[in-house]
Amino acid sequence: MKNEKQNDGKKGIVVSFYKAFKSFGATFPIMLGILLILGLFRTFVPKEMLLSVFTGDTFQSTVMGALIGSIFTGNAVTSYIIGGELIKEDVSLIAVTAFIVAWVTVGIVQLPAEAAILGRRFAWLRNILAFVFSILVSIATIITLMVV
Amino acid sequence: MSNKEAKKNIGKKEIKEKFQGIYFLASVSFLYLLLFILNPKDTEKAIKASAAVFIHILPALLFVIFLMAIMNYFIKPKSVLKYVGKGSGIKGWFLAICMGVLSHGPIYAWYPLLSDLRKQGMKIGLVAVFLYTRAIKIPLLPLLVYYFGISFVVILAGYMIIASILQGHIIQKIER
Repeated sequence: MKNEKQNDGKKGIVVSFYKAFKSFGATFPIMLGILLILGLFRTFVPKEMLLSVFTGDTFQSTVMGALIGSIFTGNAVTSYIIGGELIKEDVSLIAVTAFIVAWVTVGIVQLPAEAAILGRRFAWLRNILAFVFSILVSIATIITLMVV
Repeated sequence: MSNKEAKKNIGKKEIKEKFQGIYFLASVSFLYLLLFILNPKDTEKAIKASAAVFIHILPALLFVIFLMAIMNYFIKPKSVLKYVGKGSGIKGWFLAICMGVLSHGPIYAWYPLLSDLRKQGMKIGLVAVFLYTRAIKIPLLPLLVYYFGISFVVILAGYMIIASILQGHIIQKIER
């Protein structure tokens, strides 16, 4: 009886690792594609062109970061990698924070499914609020970091 | 739409997303091939730059997979939602936050389960809280810390929890 439980436990751990690899594996092609695009950006795109999207104005850059993050979807890991590389290219932390928060909280691509299952008004309201809060959260985070 | 139909559509969406990833990688690879023909020196630089980023983040990515496996083993979706469905008052909000943070896997898998719980009486505000706090992904925190530092991550997570509560209350008031 004890051996059966131990075997079930070992099987459970193996299945858990398999599921984790499978889940990660599903996003790996996109992640690899993004890494390759980042390489292209680093080599072929002048820094000035990249920074022109994120203007000198803090609020505008934050809204732009939130907009771009809202449009993209996928594993959050991808947003962290892109965000980290944007920081290295001197894009402001506040804009990058809005980008990564909007990426995971706003789901334009998932909106139809969310609306169909949980209700259209709820889905739209939740996503609009998530967009607004991505900007507010990024501002609050950076101000707190400056103070702390 | 019934939950059965929704689950079928979600399965189709997941397969579509998988192939989209492969098409995306294939397109980028084709672009590299073209650039290599036009400018082999700079294209080689670009590949090396991509490889450098990948090697830097690889330890964090492996740790992410490890944490995902641990969460898969200890936390099952139906038991997660069982607690959130029963919650009410401050306890309900607290449970919704915790369960949102602890939940994992693609969002599409959670929509039908949340819909079932709504029918059983789960507050709409708690649904919003759950969906928002899913953005705080414990297995991915090591990578976030690697790029942005631990202070940033702790403060950001704190504000996201506050934002989830505010959003939940607003939605609860409007949708009630």
